[in-house]
Amino acid sequence: MIAYLIRRILYAIPILIGVNLLTFALFFVINTPDDMARMQLGMKRVTPEAIEKWKQQRGYDKPLMFNAQAAGTQKLSDTIFFKKSASMFVFDFGYSDDGRSISREIVTRMLPSLVIALPTFVVGLLLYVTFALLMTLFRGTLLDMAGVTLCVILMSISSLFYIIGGQFLVSKLWHWVPISGYAGGVDSLRFIVLPVLIGIAGGIGASSRWYRTIFLEEVGRDYVRTARAKGLSELRVLFKHVLKNAMIPILTGVVAVIPLLFMGSLLTESFFGIPGLGSYTIDAIQAQDFGVVRAMVFLGSALYIVGLILTDISYTVVDPRVRLQ
Amino acid sequence: MIKLVLLWTDAMIFLLFAVAIMGVWWIRRRPHLLLPWKRLFKSRVGMVSMLILSLFIVIGLLDSFHYRVRLPDNGNGQTVYAAEVLSVFDTLVGDLRSHTEKTYSAPLAVYLYAKESMEMPDGKTLRDYPRLKYGGAHLLDTQQNHVGDLVKRGLTGMFVGGLSGALLALLIVYIAAVRSRIGIREWINKQQKSPLNALLVTFVLIAILGGVIVNLAGAYHVLGTDKVGQDVLYLSLKSIRTGLVIGTVTTLVMLPFALFLGIAAGYFRGWVDDVIQYIYTVLSSIPSVLLIAAAVLMMQVTIEKHAEWFSSSVERADLRLLFLCLILGVTSWTGLCRLLRGEALKLRELEYIQAAQAFGVSSLRILSRHILPNVMHIVLISVVMDFSALVLAEAVLSYVGVGVDPSTNSFGTLINNARLEMGRDPMVWWTLAAAFSFMLVLVLSANLFADAVRDAFDPRLNRTGDV
Repeated sequence: MIAYLIRRILYAIPILIGVNLLTFALFFVINTPDDMARMQLGMKRVTPEAIEKWKQQRGYDKPLMFNAQAAGTQKLSDTIFFKKSASMFVFDFGYSDDGRSISREIVTRMLPSLVIALPTFVVGLLLYVTFALLMTLFRGTLLDMAGVTLCVILMSISSLFYIIGGQFLVSKLWHWVPISGYAGGVDSLRFIVLPVLIGIAGGIGASSRWYRTIFLEEVGRDYVRTARAKGLSELRVLFKHVLKNAMIPILTGVVAVIPLLFMGSLLTESFFGIPGLGSYTIDAIQAQDFGVVRAMVFLGSALYIVGLILTDISYTVVDPRVRLQ
Repeated sequence: MIKLVLLWTDAMIFLLFAVAIMGVWWIRRRPHLLLPWKRLFKSRVGMVSMLILSLFIVIGLLDSFHYRVRLPDNGNGQTVYAAEVLSVFDTLVGDLRSHTEKTYSAPLAVYLYAKESMEMPDGKTLRDYPRLKYGGAHLLDTQQNHVGDLVKRGLTGMFVGGLSGALLALLIVYIAAVRSRIGIREWINKQQKSPLNALLVTFVLIAILGGVIVNLAGAYHVLGTDKVGQDVLYLSLKSIRTGLVIGTVTTLVMLPFALFLGIAAGYFRGWVDDVIQYIYTVLSSIPSVLLIAAAVLMMQVTIEKHAEWFSSSVERADLRLLFLCLILGVTSWTGLCRLLRGEALKLRELEYIQAAQAFGVSSLRILSRHILPNVMHIVLISVVMDFSALVLAEAVLSYVGVGVDPSTNSFGTLINNARLEMGRDPMVWWTLAAAFSFMLVLVLSANLFADAVRDAFDPRLNRTGDV
């Protein structure tokens, strides 16, 4: 197990290097820092001095990969690649355009993101699985068909609609909770109710339908027939035996997402004005703050790889037959 | 005289259309390929959603024939063309495009949304809702005639649309029955189990709805107007093309990668497999929104830098749309690639592949003749299933600011421009409502169609006694 984990973590390194090289190519090779400066400062009437200053402020005035003028190891280390890309491996993300440390910003913004994303994830998962199990219980009946139809309709609605419609109905029309905003501590409860509810509602269609397919596949197995023959009630068969055996396919999709919860949801956070990582990313995209976008890309892929490893571990927890080696 | 304009995405759409027609021609003559399609044609939900989808496709295709109108001679003998690029669809809808009001107006309204100071004939100024320039302009006394006129036009449109729809449907059925050469009555009896009835009902319903809308749109803004007074119905219809382009061209660009790399990884295994797996693990480990955002930001820089590439803003917006499709394709091919790799791994162990290898058939030939045809059902199912997800993704990306060009009509830009309108008082709901309902109809029918396709093509579903 330990050996397997070490191997998986070692395997993650080349992937992170790939991500790093890809973002480096995307941000510095396809377009030179000069182009980016010109884009941000305005295309016309920008003096070369202004470009130089822009580059100097961000540390983009060095050579890309190899600094021939420097001495010794500085030949490699005093370059954009080393300073901007390779440094991300130690989670040193540098500074954003407004001069703040990106790393510190990420640490402080993780909590609000998690406060929204975690309840959405947990409550949502429980709800989807229950809904799917109920549909499986009534499989083949009108109730099941109505459930599936509802799911298909719900998953055909744009996520933007859930947010805009929910904000309008709950906050503007009924005045139950504030439209947007965020506060720390217990006070945050009234701010997070609506985004969490909307997050859950947005996923119900696709997820429930997917879990229903998984459960239906299990229901046809022999052990289910045996359980029924023993005289177990259908509810007990479903919630105990089928659910346990369907865990592997469910975990495959679910566990990988858990680390990404830190990143928050782009849309929800920007609509509800929550100072999390999602709105941080969106603001950076809209302000064309390349440093922040680069940092988020790297962080996102690192978390994704952690998710993949967690998925493997979770298999051993729910299924004793799985041995990692 | 006109000058034809072939935009990049137009070319892609035509290419796709040509491929589709060739595919139909190819499959028609091969019974084993025809079989799943026959199963699909028996599905009621599948056929009805296909009918609705084809309506969208027709609008999108009409909107893809672009041209520029020749301007009247300026005297020095040069032929000059208007800067504005129009499409056949623009010509068909006629005044809908050019009839712009001053600002917002509610659906079917005759008055503007906002009050204005108006100079009266006797010199006084009056602050009131001004009449619309085009909406209900033919009405003399708006107080009395407005509702009556709406009802009259609506009913006429319903009647004419329904009647012509029914006649057309009957004609098609008649031709089909005559061509079958088994007698009309017998042919109709044979259709008892087919989705023909549902299709005809949907067809007539669409015709009725179309009749009402066409008749009302002649004199009113059926879905109101937006902030700068453009007709929302027109904007929504124009958005369809963008949605279709994103949903289909993306697939077109990613398919060769996914197909070739997926099959090659599964078939050759060894280092080829390792390299390909490495590539798609790297790509799929970046959260797709972030990768798209990063790529689109960089694309914007490139487009800004090379302003000389584009002769008009339409071309620029179009190339940006194409780039977006490319980027979406790059981020979305990994899923299909993984599926195909798994399938190829399974297929290469089967006897007929082993036999081909033993006979000394070249790898390339085995891949193209023996493996490729046997994974096509996976490709088709996943392509159809991706479509609706891509249409939905476009709206989100355009909201985030990394989607299509702000000047391109799309559901995303419609929603993005209208997102603050709910806060107005009185509320401006019609733009959002129009964009969301058009999207819902498109995505819902695509989802239902995808389900029908999966049911018809998935070999794992065991069927007894079909076709």
